[in-house]
Amino acid sequence: MEFRPSDEQLQLVSTFAALYGKESTPERVRAAEPLGFDQQLWSQLLDMGALSMAVDEEHGGWGATALDLALVAEQHGRALGSAPLIESQVACRLLARAGGPVATGLLEAVLAGERMVTLSPRPPKAGWALLVPAGAVATDMMIRHGDTLVVVPIGDDRVIPENVGSLPLADVPAGEPVLADADVILSGSAPEAIDLALDDWLVLTAGALAGMAERAVEIGVAYANEREAFGQKIGAFQGVGHPLADMATASAGATLLAREAAWAVAEEPGRSAQLAAMAFAFAAETARNATDVALHIHGGYGFMLEYDIQLYYRRSRAWTNVLMSPAKAVRRVADKRYGPRKAS
Amino acid sequence: MDFRLRESSEARRAEVRAFLEEHMSLALEERVYRTGVSHDAAFTQALVDRGWIAPSWPVEFGGQGLDPEEMVAVGEELRLADAPMYGIGTTNMVSAVILAVGTDAQKTEIVPKALAGEIVIVLGFSEPEAGSDLAAAVTRAERDGDEWVINGQKMFTTNAQIGDYAFLLARTNTEVAKHKGLTMFLVPLDQPGVEIQAVFTLSGERTNIVFYNDVRVSDAWRVGEVDGGWRTMTVALTNEHAAGFAAVIDRLLVAAESWARESTDDDGVSRMEDETVREALGRTVIDLEVSRLLQRRVAWMAEAGETVIAEGPMSKLFSSEALKDRAQDMVEVVGPDALRSYFDPSAPSHGVIEHMLRFSLGTTIYAGTSEIHRNMIAQRGLGLPRSG
Repeated sequence: MEFRPSDEQLQLVSTFAALYGKESTPERVRAAEPLGFDQQLWSQLLDMGALSMAVDEEHGGWGATALDLALVAEQHGRALGSAPLIESQVACRLLARAGGPVATGLLEAVLAGERMVTLSPRPPKAGWALLVPAGAVATDMMIRHGDTLVVVPIGDDRVIPENVGSLPLADVPAGEPVLADADVILSGSAPEAIDLALDDWLVLTAGALAGMAERAVEIGVAYANEREAFGQKIGAFQGVGHPLADMATASAGATLLAREAAWAVAEEPGRSAQLAAMAFAFAAETARNATDVALHIHGGYGFMLEYDIQLYYRRSRAWTNVLMSPAKAVRRVADKRYGPRKAS
Repeated sequence: MDFRLRESSEARRAEVRAFLEEHMSLALEERVYRTGVSHDAAFTQALVDRGWIAPSWPVEFGGQGLDPEEMVAVGEELRLADAPMYGIGTTNMVSAVILAVGTDAQKTEIVPKALAGEIVIVLGFSEPEAGSDLAAAVTRAERDGDEWVINGQKMFTTNAQIGDYAFLLARTNTEVAKHKGLTMFLVPLDQPGVEIQAVFTLSGERTNIVFYNDVRVSDAWRVGEVDGGWRTMTVALTNEHAAGFAAVIDRLLVAAESWARESTDDDGVSRMEDETVREALGRTVIDLEVSRLLQRRVAWMAEAGETVIAEGPMSKLFSSEALKDRAQDMVEVVGPDALRSYFDPSAPSHGVIEHMLRFSLGTTIYAGTSEIHRNMIAQRGLGLPRSG
């Protein structure tokens, strides 16, 4: 057992923590709303190699491990980064795995900062890919078309819905003629490729949500140590201290589980899909509950837009549910552990 | 980072498994349950013969010098099998305190017998009016020459009926703050004035109330300084490095998975196909893993020489509360069959799920209630002010 990240990993974490500390302050997070995209943060992340690290040398990257990515994702979540970091990393890894001229060309353009590619985790519905993560800022969208994975350019006809988490989501036209004419990335194995990409997505989002939960607890603790009522700091009341203790415990567990799931990608591949779903489900519920507790103990101030905790509360819901509900993730754990239901 | 146990730890796990296959049986499990006594002479002797009665102890004291990580593997296997370890656990805990702060005479008299499985030492901490607030103990010890005279009543002294000594927390000074007037004694239980009254609990475990009426104990059996009992207690409690119930959640999971695979619904469809069953199993799998990580982190910290602050309480709090929640869920998911009692021949998975429903309740209460652990996390871990 070794619960401490390596010196190199700690260095990586502190480098990204410094970047987020400068380029993703609460003021910057607010300024990027409602679209939820901060161009300057994004450029800095690209310069730092946040996408190249996600793919191996053979594909023009520097081949960081999934655990490295998850540690960076924790920092992204702590700072509520207004940039499609995880969406883009997931897309890059999918493109690298896919290989072939279309994917390789696209990946090069993404790593060069010329294009931004995202994946629709859902097939189209009535001619539209709905609530596509990063769809509001990406140039291209990968999507399943039958058993084929295709990529379509995202045009001005996309519709950008305002949303609770200030995420750059979009409804993107994806009718049959568009998909039938689209460039093909994978013919025949799209469901499996998307499922693998979803594992990446779940494990990295788990890291981000765990980081978000840890930060929410810190915000709550700081407030409980400062605010006085009935002649004492409110943190002395068990009605305040105990929920925070529960959330600190769950956050610690969420962080450990997200790291284990990311570690397992390379070290225990037979169990990593199950662990990814476990980590996501637990981190999602923890971030949901921790932001709720931390907001609530602020009393009326927690309900005011001026206080930062609401930024965390809204994003914990959005970052989770744009992918899948915690309950659905729990069922995915069972699917990965016991095999899919025969009925399904 | 590395989330695997080392090979040496996994080797220990395999050894313990093989040992349990030989020495642990459903019949023994049932006897422990029916009698409520988590101690078995033959099983204890087998552990002694194998050199495993106190495997974490240094070799020169009769242990095997296993490190915290190896002990994680050993502990997980023993818990998973529900081996009768409670008496051994309390005996070892007190022996470790004696090694740390006891006199040479106490070490010579107690430690070899404890390691030979010849004595059982039980705990006399809680009282009717002092549970979570242990320092409020009022059981008196008054000096009379070279002896002390004990009067009072202790609650939840499990195994007192088979115990040789009680490790007793007693008040020796009423003139000072409550933490400062306590002294610890090792009281031989086979003597006049000791009255043991059985108490049966919801999980089936038998515990006791022990009355001490003018019980005389030599000053030679005092452990630690006079009025220094709270410090001695702290030694005892911090030796509990990696308390947690991950392996008990594993026991629930194993029982629930075997039930789900083996039973069918009214239409003859495997219960493993049922979405609510799968969700309950999935949640149990998750809580088991989180409990394991929190518990193993404490062992890793101990090994790395890091100071454990809130991490120990987090492990105990999370795993006990999760065990309680998951057992409750599982009973509802299994349905009416979950009502069939532990070791009733008709019960699915020999009734382990039903037992867990009851057993889990104690885990959130003993060795510090969840509320006490939340206080410790809030104050020591998060730096929140003390209440009041």
